Amino acid sequence: MLGLSLREVSAALKQGQVSPMELCQKCLSLIKETKFLNAYITVEEERALKQAEESEKRYEKGQALGILDGIPIAVKDNFSTAGIETTCASNMLKGYIPPYNATVVQKLLDQGAVLLGKTNLDEFAMGSGSTDGIFGPVRNPWSYSKQYREKKKQSHHRADEDSDWLITGGSSGGSAAAVSAFTCFAALGSDTGGSTRNPAALCGLVGLKPTYGLISRYGLIPLVNSMDVPGILTRCVEDAAIVLGILAGHDPKDSTTAQDPVGPFTLPILRDVGKLCIGIPKEYSAPGLSSEVQAFWSKAADLFASKGAKVVEVSLPHTSYSIVCYHVLCTAEVASNMARFDGLEYGHRCNVNVSTEAMYAATRREGFNDVVRGRILSGNFFLLKENYDDYFVKAQKVRRLIANDFVKVFNSGVDVLLTPTTLSNAVPYLEFIKEDNRTRSARDDIFTQSVNMAGLPAVNVPMALSSQGLPIGLQLIGRAFSDQQLLTVAKWFEEQVQFPVIQLQELMDSCQTFSQHKKLASVSLKR
Amino acid sequence: MAAPILRCARAGRCWSLGSRPRRTRALFAEPVPGRVREQSSAAAHEWAAVVGLEIHAQISSNSKLFSGSQVSFLAPPNSSVSFFDASLPGTLPVLNRRCVKAAVMTGLALNCTVNKKSLFDRKHYFYADLPAGYQITQQRLPIAVNGCLTYSLSVGAHWSPSATKTVRIKQIQLEQDSGKSLHDDTRSQTLIDLNRAEGQLRVDANVSVHHPGEPLGVRTEVKNLNSIRFLAKAIDYEIQRQIEELRNGGKILNETRAFDEKLGCTVSMRDKEGKQDYRFMPEPNLPPLILYDAESLPTAADPQQVVNIDWIRERLPELPSVTRGRLVEQYGILPEHSFALLNEDGLLEFFQTVMKETRAEPKKVIGWILSTFLGYLKQRNLAVSESPISPSSLAELLSLVDSKVISLPAAKQVFEELWQNQGKTTGQIIQEKKLELLQNQEELEEICQAVLAEHPQEVMAVKKGNQKVVNKLIGMVRRATEGRADPIRIKQILEKQLQ
Repeated sequence: MLGLSLREVSAALKQGQVSPMELCQKCLSLIKETKFLNAYITVEEERALKQAEESEKRYEKGQALGILDGIPIAVKDNFSTAGIETTCASNMLKGYIPPYNATVVQKLLDQGAVLLGKTNLDEFAMGSGSTDGIFGPVRNPWSYSKQYREKKKQSHHRADEDSDWLITGGSSGGSAAAVSAFTCFAALGSDTGGSTRNPAALCGLVGLKPTYGLISRYGLIPLVNSMDVPGILTRCVEDAAIVLGILAGHDPKDSTTAQDPVGPFTLPILRDVGKLCIGIPKEYSAPGLSSEVQAFWSKAADLFASKGAKVVEVSLPHTSYSIVCYHVLCTAEVASNMARFDGLEYGHRCNVNVSTEAMYAATRREGFNDVVRGRILSGNFFLLKENYDDYFVKAQKVRRLIANDFVKVFNSGVDVLLTPTTLSNAVPYLEFIKEDNRTRSARDDIFTQSVNMAGLPAVNVPMALSSQGLPIGLQLIGRAFSDQQLLTVAKWFEEQVQFPVIQLQELMDSCQTFSQHKKLASVSLKR
Repeated sequence: MAAPILRCARAGRCWSLGSRPRRTRALFAEPVPGRVREQSSAAAHEWAAVVGLEIHAQISSNSKLFSGSQVSFLAPPNSSVSFFDASLPGTLPVLNRRCVKAAVMTGLALNCTVNKKSLFDRKHYFYADLPAGYQITQQRLPIAVNGCLTYSLSVGAHWSPSATKTVRIKQIQLEQDSGKSLHDDTRSQTLIDLNRAEGQLRVDANVSVHHPGEPLGVRTEVKNLNSIRFLAKAIDYEIQRQIEELRNGGKILNETRAFDEKLGCTVSMRDKEGKQDYRFMPEPNLPPLILYDAESLPTAADPQQVVNIDWIRERLPELPSVTRGRLVEQYGILPEHSFALLNEDGLLEFFQTVMKETRAEPKKVIGWILSTFLGYLKQRNLAVSESPISPSSLAELLSLVDSKVISLPAAKQVFEELWQNQGKTTGQIIQEKKLELLQNQEELEEICQAVLAEHPQEVMAVKKGNQKVVNKLIGMVRRATEGRADPIRIKQILEKQLQ
């Protein structure tokens, strides 16, 4: 039951095959079973059960609110949730309970969705591993999959070590792990430089970064306002489209959302890709790209070509400047956005009270980790009067060039770009933490952040398992506000590649619902 | 929170500009220096002062610049604070259309070029009453630029028509209001009020002095001046202080100063942080503010969503200078009277209503309004709207004077009675107090005859050719009628009887 798609589980609820309460209880018990994944920071058991109970009453009366009514979901812990602690995985916001819901959260609740809890992340979403938050790293459910374990045994690795688990990618790793481990049906992430697509790729999920301005950011605790977008993590493309349809639209509380009517986001079945033009940006054959990912990327291009699509090599000439430019713009906005955390109105406050300035300094030193402090420092440096033109203004100009690169390519007739999402499959935690956050972020965001600079929609679609038995996903990038077209192509691709369902046998053994779940999960994802 | 502020800069003395809650900032720039001549010194030692004003004026609006919170004067501390005002993480600014319209209107009134595209910026600094750590303002591209305001100065007590000056306005920008810090020195605590609807007007004055023909001097900034009187005093003081300092071989520091109202001098605020770098950055949550005119307005535009400059221009109320010119022309009153009428809230409307309802000449009416009526109001510290006398009763009274039903002194008496406001009409008072002039010719002739009969000596004097005594006789008749006789008529009757 827990492996069903949104449409399937919604139908099951409507037909009474399962009740919202049952569904909620199953998810809650699975969350407990998989606690070691560290996917959730807060689990709102009582609140969720209450919501499920209300949903159940609605179903009894035949008055379900929408397709999500009674369906358990999870939300990254950087979205404001009324009455529920929202920490951003930072000491700074430990204990902070927002008095309001982010617009996206409210929209999900208005549909009757059951909010199970808040998911883990890198502190203030700054990271690409979900390893740098105060609640500890998130573990990739694929670490415990049959597929991975068997490959490991074959390569004579000792399989059962507790230390060899893999990272989820980040920063929305908690949401990715939660969906991947079947503890919820969909989850919200956020995507500033790849934070939704990256963990989606490493956890074998669909991770959608919608067009900037399509979804409200109101209530999303910002990293980079001009690049942040709420992201959607699901197990199939159609689910992502359903959630997008619920979330999309102008919000008077967010002046950067588009005024024009949006949608619908229902996906037509694409039978013929003959009229489609797929662009392969040559600059994405970057150093560090694993041969395996490179191979799957080529294979995917061949797949499109073999089915009649026009596949062309294109150039995005400013790609190599993107990551450094992203760094300047990101840290500048971070420096600005983090200025409000001064210990006065909310969040952490130190015990120092000799002066207001001393209080600020100690509060911020205690409240932020090294990564956040480092970015604040660089951002403030870039914004100094004497540096502003050399760094910030220049980076903005480069950003324009990067956006223009995409515009030119799309104007040349390309419908969708096909690129890798990550350099390789998920790496073990112990390997990952050998390098510092900055180095890792600069490397891991390489294929994803330029999309944020240009505000375009992009989606990770899981393609296949690597030789290690781990997911490899590819990224499809579309024109601004052509999210529906992008997802239609993504859905076609998903059907072609038949990405295998995660087999969490060992993980699930103790879980009562396992046998039923496995069966249904396999059925539901086979198309 | 937040408001448009007006900023301006000019030379010499100052003046102000006011709107209300939400602030507009205007920069008035005036490089033409006002000259300060040192006593008995050569032209070479002449000093020139340059003054620039940054005027923070709150816009009159029901809610704040970037949030839906109410703006109300004297509301209890922190009683109208939205999540955005408290800078809760995840909240976003939403521009208040009413404030944009007010800023456009201000720009038009001050002859500015209104920018069809303007931008918002973040200005960063840590301060307890600035909860976001930055203030949203318009640094790079403000809503209006390059304006001017022409105004007239009265020199001394008398109007001098030559004293017309023009101040240049550099820019008008919309800016978020900061909160208010209340320092409790005894408990060494600072309390913060985020309502942010404090003063209506606050001015920072930038002042420098130099010798004409030489480069401009180093400027100081006198912060937070909240009245025109203090502003003038602070600038005058600062100019003199800088001249003294330089004459004594000292240096002017580029510093922030405060005005001590009790001592009447400026004092250095000694910024603890040293040089501030505000690290300006574009506000990413507000798209460029686009304004339209009749030409550029998209046909499908929702009037509730767009701001049309031409629409506002057409609805701009008559500006004070135009009103004054019109008054002088229409009523033939003196220019200084037109100023007086506009300087008092509601006085112009009062005057115009009286004019509509009376036969009396404008010059008579203006005399009554500016001396008698305004005098009564000032003495009792009342606003025009609080006057116990309506424009209609004053109009009626002045008509009666005009048609010689009552005399001027009688009219003053009626006015006094009306002011007491005992519910009596002008007619009732005149009747009760028997104030109307005697119109009966026979009665008047009898009284005159009686007076002449009682004063044979005066009659003899007149007959001997001393015409001055006639006036004495007129006075006697008026006393006999208790002031109810028209002196001109009395004179005619007496002259006839004395022949």
